[in-house]
Amino acid sequence: MNQAAQDEGYITEDGRKIGGTMMEMKNITLRFGGVKAITDISFDIKEGEIRAIIGPNGAGKSSMLNVISGFYVPQEGEVWYQGAKRPPMRPFEVARQGIARTFQNIALFEGMSVLDNVMTGRLNHMNTNMIQQAIWKGKAEREEVANREIVEKVIDFLEIQAIRKTPVSRLPYGLKKRVELARALAAEPKLLLLDEPMAGMNVEEKEDMSRFILDVNDEFGMTIALIEHDMGVVMDLSDRVVVMDYGKKIGDGPPDEVRNNQAVIDAYLGVAHD
Amino acid sequence: MAQSSQAAGGLASIPALLHRNATEFGSRPAYREKEFGIWQSWTWKQAEVEITNLALGLINLGVNEGDFIAIIGRNRPYFYWAMVAAQCVGAIPVPLYQDSAAEEMAYVLDHCGARFVIAEDQEQVDKVIEVQDRLHQFEHMIYLDPRGMRKYDHSRLHEFSHIQEQGHAARDEFTPELEKRRSKLTYDSTCVMLYTSGTTGKPKGVVLSNRNVIESAKNSSEFDHLRPDEEILAYLPMAWVGDFIFSIGQAYWTGFCVNCPESVETLTSDLREIGPTYYFAPPRVFETQLTSVMIRMEDASPMKKYLFHKYMAHAKKVGPQILDGKPVGFMDRIKYGLGNLLIYGPLKNTLGLSRVRVGYTAGEAIGPEIFEFYRSLGINLKQLYGQTEATVFITVQPDGEVRNDTVGVPAPGVELRIADSGEVFYRSPGVFEYYYKNPESTASTKDAEGWVATGDAGFIEPDTGHLRIIDRAKDVGKMADGRLFAPKYVENKLKFFPNILEAVLFGNNRDKCMAFINIDMSAVGNWAERNNIAYSSYQELAGHPKVLDAIKEHVEEVNRSVAQDEMLSGCQVHRFLVLHKELDADDGEMTRTRKVRRRIVEEKFDDLIAALYDGKDEIFTNTEVTYEDGRKGSISATLKLMDAAIAPTKAHKVAAE
Repeated sequence: MNQAAQDEGYITEDGRKIGGTMMEMKNITLRFGGVKAITDISFDIKEGEIRAIIGPNGAGKSSMLNVISGFYVPQEGEVWYQGAKRPPMRPFEVARQGIARTFQNIALFEGMSVLDNVMTGRLNHMNTNMIQQAIWKGKAEREEVANREIVEKVIDFLEIQAIRKTPVSRLPYGLKKRVELARALAAEPKLLLLDEPMAGMNVEEKEDMSRFILDVNDEFGMTIALIEHDMGVVMDLSDRVVVMDYGKKIGDGPPDEVRNNQAVIDAYLGVAHD
Repeated sequence: MAQSSQAAGGLASIPALLHRNATEFGSRPAYREKEFGIWQSWTWKQAEVEITNLALGLINLGVNEGDFIAIIGRNRPYFYWAMVAAQCVGAIPVPLYQDSAAEEMAYVLDHCGARFVIAEDQEQVDKVIEVQDRLHQFEHMIYLDPRGMRKYDHSRLHEFSHIQEQGHAARDEFTPELEKRRSKLTYDSTCVMLYTSGTTGKPKGVVLSNRNVIESAKNSSEFDHLRPDEEILAYLPMAWVGDFIFSIGQAYWTGFCVNCPESVETLTSDLREIGPTYYFAPPRVFETQLTSVMIRMEDASPMKKYLFHKYMAHAKKVGPQILDGKPVGFMDRIKYGLGNLLIYGPLKNTLGLSRVRVGYTAGEAIGPEIFEFYRSLGINLKQLYGQTEATVFITVQPDGEVRNDTVGVPAPGVELRIADSGEVFYRSPGVFEYYYKNPESTASTKDAEGWVATGDAGFIEPDTGHLRIIDRAKDVGKMADGRLFAPKYVENKLKFFPNILEAVLFGNNRDKCMAFINIDMSAVGNWAERNNIAYSSYQELAGHPKVLDAIKEHVEEVNRSVAQDEMLSGCQVHRFLVLHKELDADDGEMTRTRKVRRRIVEEKFDDLIAALYDGKDEIFTNTEVTYEDGRKGSISATLKLMDAAIAPTKAHKVAAE
């Protein structure tokens, strides 16, 4: 039952200690009607590491992330989380287990300020009900102050103080992505899922985002699983990489190993499928 | 002039002033900083405790009397404490510009032989680590923000709060030592060493004594009647003498509160929240603010636009007079009062300047329109003229005698002299001690009687006693036909147009003047948007024919205005070009305080200057650029060379009559 205990961690190149298995996907298969999005994929995510899932368009990366976040329930296979098999769950239940995510197409409340958006990340940490919040004095106020403090630390961390009160709809794309990351961080998750955190960004924005991802991992020891298109970024950031193509896993290992894997090169450069 | 060798009331050092403030106004705020969305504050009493703990920690770390401690970071209470703590233990604080590249930092750190560095964050720590092999005296570094530095080798690296904790823990052992060192400080001890930005050559370390700093702070505080309830916003570089005088000298002398913004980006909203009563900004800041107001007014509804322009015209008419306490008609006063209610008040509030009692601008000439705009709103904006070597103050404008074209009368305690060459000399209690490890420069700048050359050419107006500055003395030259060449005079006129950010004039020993121009990206970009002009880069916008035409109009207007001046009519711009890149400190074309390094620009773009004089229509050029992180790249462009009409000189006619 307690699988994490027997799992060995490892030491990364830059000397970070990676712990035991946090999440394990066992033989996952996901179908939409007749279409097989994911076919029999297994891999694990260890505590404290940055794990990347890469692959060409339509490889099933986002579907995989959606399985992890509980949005899709696979037809076959098991999801193990923190040493226990996870029963089919609704996404909010998964969130309560300490998994937070960002979206490929930004999903923020456009009309609300950055601060309010990030505060929504604290929702799972609020215990007062609507009536208590309406009366406000006492418990609700204390709770809000405590949550605001955590949110402010995140705002400070991601250097978005200047846009604290700005409505999200007025922000450029790169900053919206950062606000989304802030909201996910505010939830203080154990596992952070990033769906293409750098899509559509310019080089400078990518560098900023990479630094934030590394800092999040370094400062809070947070486990991160990310999907990314930009190969350069993936290779620099991640400790281990899963490569998918046509819903199948074609590679898994440290970046250097994956880079030289013939199947991966074929998938990216394209070969005739016969 | 008799210099007082004894300080009033035994307050002979900044630490002594700190102790007085902690005793006299212990519960008043000394420092505020916005962090985590809230203004955190420290009273004078708390500040003294923080500084004492840090000072004990520094002794614990092995700081000796006479050591240099470099301080690198943006304006934060912790760094002000670090400076005072360094003084407490008999060390000399050396604040550095935090945006300097590692190379520039290496020079200064090596020159002063700093044994200790107090740095803000990973970025600054990395820069010092990069060059530390070349620094023989460097031993320990203290950092404020631990983020990202968990994995660093901490044998010579310490966290700020840990140093304070260790100091506090060792208070029984080191307090007597601290007391001993503090009591040794006199009026003659070194207070701080500040590096000049170095418009020419390497930066020089200006050594200022406690006398320099405290006398200057005292005189200037009395001149403007500064009070303990003053609020200032500290946002200008800590390495700059002005910030040292405002945020430490005057703050400690009068005991007012220093507020530090949350970050550079939040400056405008922090300014509005604090509402400083005493405010300092270089002309560039006022310019940018005015430009953004004007741009936003363009987008306002017709009614608002109408009101704004109507009342601003009225403010222009009577505002400055009202501010100076001169007689103004009753109806005009009523109308101004109404304008204040509807327009000026809200506008000042938006700018964060509602409570400003005394405002200063210095460093560069300010455009007359900009200056008038702020004064007409009822903001008591004044000019001062100063330099590091004088501990800021040389001349200041007294209330009620504020003009745009002079820099005011000598500050209290300052004597002025104009040499035959036209160069301005001064002598005051603020005159610096010496340049560190540079006796030749000290000797050539400061003579035996204590007179210091400013390097600026100017004259004193006979009627008013106000000083007028023409230009840098070494930049003032002669044209080939013997007429006076004063580039700054023309450049300033050009820069007063919102579209022009920077201008450089050439013409020394030549028969005609030529100019380089930098467009102001925000102003011109906004104009382009309004006129449906598409562009994709700075370079493309700078080369757009319509932009060039607009700039040409500005140049010709300046020519007409220059033609009016008898002495300088030879400086009209015959031809000009708009540069394809902004002049930048990272490329060495400007100083960190954003003053153009004329010689370097002249050398770097000699091909462009030659082309201007050759009469070519366009030229292809390739320029090396340096990015903020020190990497190099290059950009190339084909620049159009433009002709400008020359206005007829009226001066001769007038002279003949």
